[in-house]
Amino acid sequence: MTATLEPEASIDADVATPEFEAAREQQKRRQGLFMALPAYLYLFVFFVIPLVIVIVYSFATRTRFGTELSGWNIDSYRRLGDPLVRDILLRSTTLAVITTLICLLLAYPFAYYMSTRSEKTRNLMLVFVMIPFWTNFLVRNYAWRVILGSDGPYSRLSEAIGFGEGRLLFTNVAVILGLVYGFLPFMILPLYAAIERIDGRLLEASRDLYASGFQSFRHVLLPLSMPGVVAGSILVFVPSLGAYVTPAILGGAKTTLLGSYIVTQFLSARDWPFGAALSFVLMAVMLTSTIVYFRKGGRTL
Amino acid sequence: MTGARCERFSLGEGSTGGFVVTAAVDIKGVTKRFDDVYAVDDIDLSIADGEFFAMLGPSGCGKTTTLRMIAGLEFPTMGSLKIFGEEVGTLPPNKRPVNTVFQNYALFPHMSVLDNVSFGLRMNKVDKTTAAKKAHELIELVQLSGMEKRRPSQLSGGQQQRVALARALVNEPKVLLLDEPLGALDLKLRQEMQGELKSLQRELGVSFVFVTHDQEEALTMADRIAVMHNGKLLQVGTPEDIYERPANRFVADFIGQTNLLDAVVEDDDMIILENGTRLMAPNPLPPGTKVAMSLRPEAVDIGPRGTVPAEHQKTSLEGVVESMTYLGHALDYTVKIGWIDLEVRADAVHAEQRFQPGDEVAVWWDRTSDWVVAD
Repeated sequence: MTATLEPEASIDADVATPEFEAAREQQKRRQGLFMALPAYLYLFVFFVIPLVIVIVYSFATRTRFGTELSGWNIDSYRRLGDPLVRDILLRSTTLAVITTLICLLLAYPFAYYMSTRSEKTRNLMLVFVMIPFWTNFLVRNYAWRVILGSDGPYSRLSEAIGFGEGRLLFTNVAVILGLVYGFLPFMILPLYAAIERIDGRLLEASRDLYASGFQSFRHVLLPLSMPGVVAGSILVFVPSLGAYVTPAILGGAKTTLLGSYIVTQFLSARDWPFGAALSFVLMAVMLTSTIVYFRKGGRTL
Repeated sequence: MTGARCERFSLGEGSTGGFVVTAAVDIKGVTKRFDDVYAVDDIDLSIADGEFFAMLGPSGCGKTTTLRMIAGLEFPTMGSLKIFGEEVGTLPPNKRPVNTVFQNYALFPHMSVLDNVSFGLRMNKVDKTTAAKKAHELIELVQLSGMEKRRPSQLSGGQQQRVALARALVNEPKVLLLDEPLGALDLKLRQEMQGELKSLQRELGVSFVFVTHDQEEALTMADRIAVMHNGKLLQVGTPEDIYERPANRFVADFIGQTNLLDAVVEDDDMIILENGTRLMAPNPLPPGTKVAMSLRPEAVDIGPRGTVPAEHQKTSLEGVVESMTYLGHALDYTVKIGWIDLEVRADAVHAEQRFQPGDEVAVWWDRTSDWVVAD
């Protein structure tokens, strides 16, 4: 870098040439490349390479002793159509959709409320939203197990009210409760960012133009906060679909979800090709939906 | 003469004569408090149907808050607010027969020009074809035909301004409120739009209430002007009233350029300046009252010492030219009169003589062009 400051270089510098400009342009394009390099390398080694391994394995053959990296076939992908697998995919998707919808319904009013507060209150609320992150995700899930357990606060409360000994643990409801609890902040934050950016005068203008409170929401606030809605939905739907920890701790044995099914393939069933195929399909679905979002004029999260 | 002049010392709506017909907007004793700050402090104001009314004042004077209260975007802490005789003080904005052109327009960025303009009609459940037809009419009225499909971001500032205007007017409001509508435009466009707004208002016959901090804009456009300062209404009157007969020192100083000379009232015809000079300045105030005499630079004549016309002897002062600024059409002199500098504007074309700094001169004015305001 310092070489350009040497006298001989500065003598040439007084006449600009197309070559000089081209060199400058190239320099501009490469700006910051070296600083980004460590992150690039990290991602390459720990994301791209394992991903390639997963893809390769998904075409391999399963033998009695493990996986044989020969006899390439697409049997693993064919098995995605099995009734059992289809049920698991459907169940996982349904739970993920329900989780996303509940998060959306809970987070939107909250994010709107937050964005209309004074800056001080806002920051305080943001901290409260983030507080759960300070505790380990696993610990929080076990906390839910205590709350919902047979002798926990939930069943005692429902008994006291007279609903009998309610049992939620190891049901789909418990899984949804846990997923909503775990992923709600991922919905609140992008929604808040999107709503906060909307000019409040647009809402005033709509009210001035005879819109009721609901019409104002429907025609102005909601369309303008759509980037936040989509971003939040992706951020909640994607991890919910592949969730492993929460269903494992709060869900029942009868209600296998995609995450645990994949784990089973790798650890118990020893069917690595099928596990790899499932993982890859899951990832492809998520990737496609994300790309669609960004292509459809989605802005930064 | 004195009787007529008396009138100027009374504040508020009375000074321009009452309106027998129902006022378009009638504000009585309205106060708006934000925490401990009185944004609007007990104002009375009546705006006539079909009037082009300006609310003028420095930023933070309460003019925008007043406008927002009329629109329903802010509710008064106290007082009565009527639109065509109907009390609306606590009605939400969508239940009021008024529409607003917002500062920076607040156009919906996700809608086309057509959808923006027809928004109010659609919210009012007007059927789609009628709404579209009326919207097209308004778009034509503001000369934006052919731009219906564009988004606001694809329009220039002046075009956005027109969309905002069409979007408000399409609903046929009984009163149109405009919040610094021309503030974001450059000078030339602003002057052009001033004329257009004025003729549009005449054509439609709807009351326009517009807020501005630009006194020139208010003077050129408005039928009547309300001057506000610190939440209080200082004066309501025609541009001539406000400019030539300001109610107090603040109004005199805020509207246009003026010289303010501190003085004390001697009797109903004379005042005494700080250095003891007696000047003729008819006024209705009791002797001994502290006042300021407002003297517009363009109302003052300048000439060599000893050339003061006989009839102006008692409305003249002597001084020394301190500086001269050439403006093309006019000459601006600063004349030092002992303890104070006086700004004098002389017509460049008709001036018999031009003066240089250091010249000893006399200045005089018509006895009707000075104006005494209570301190």
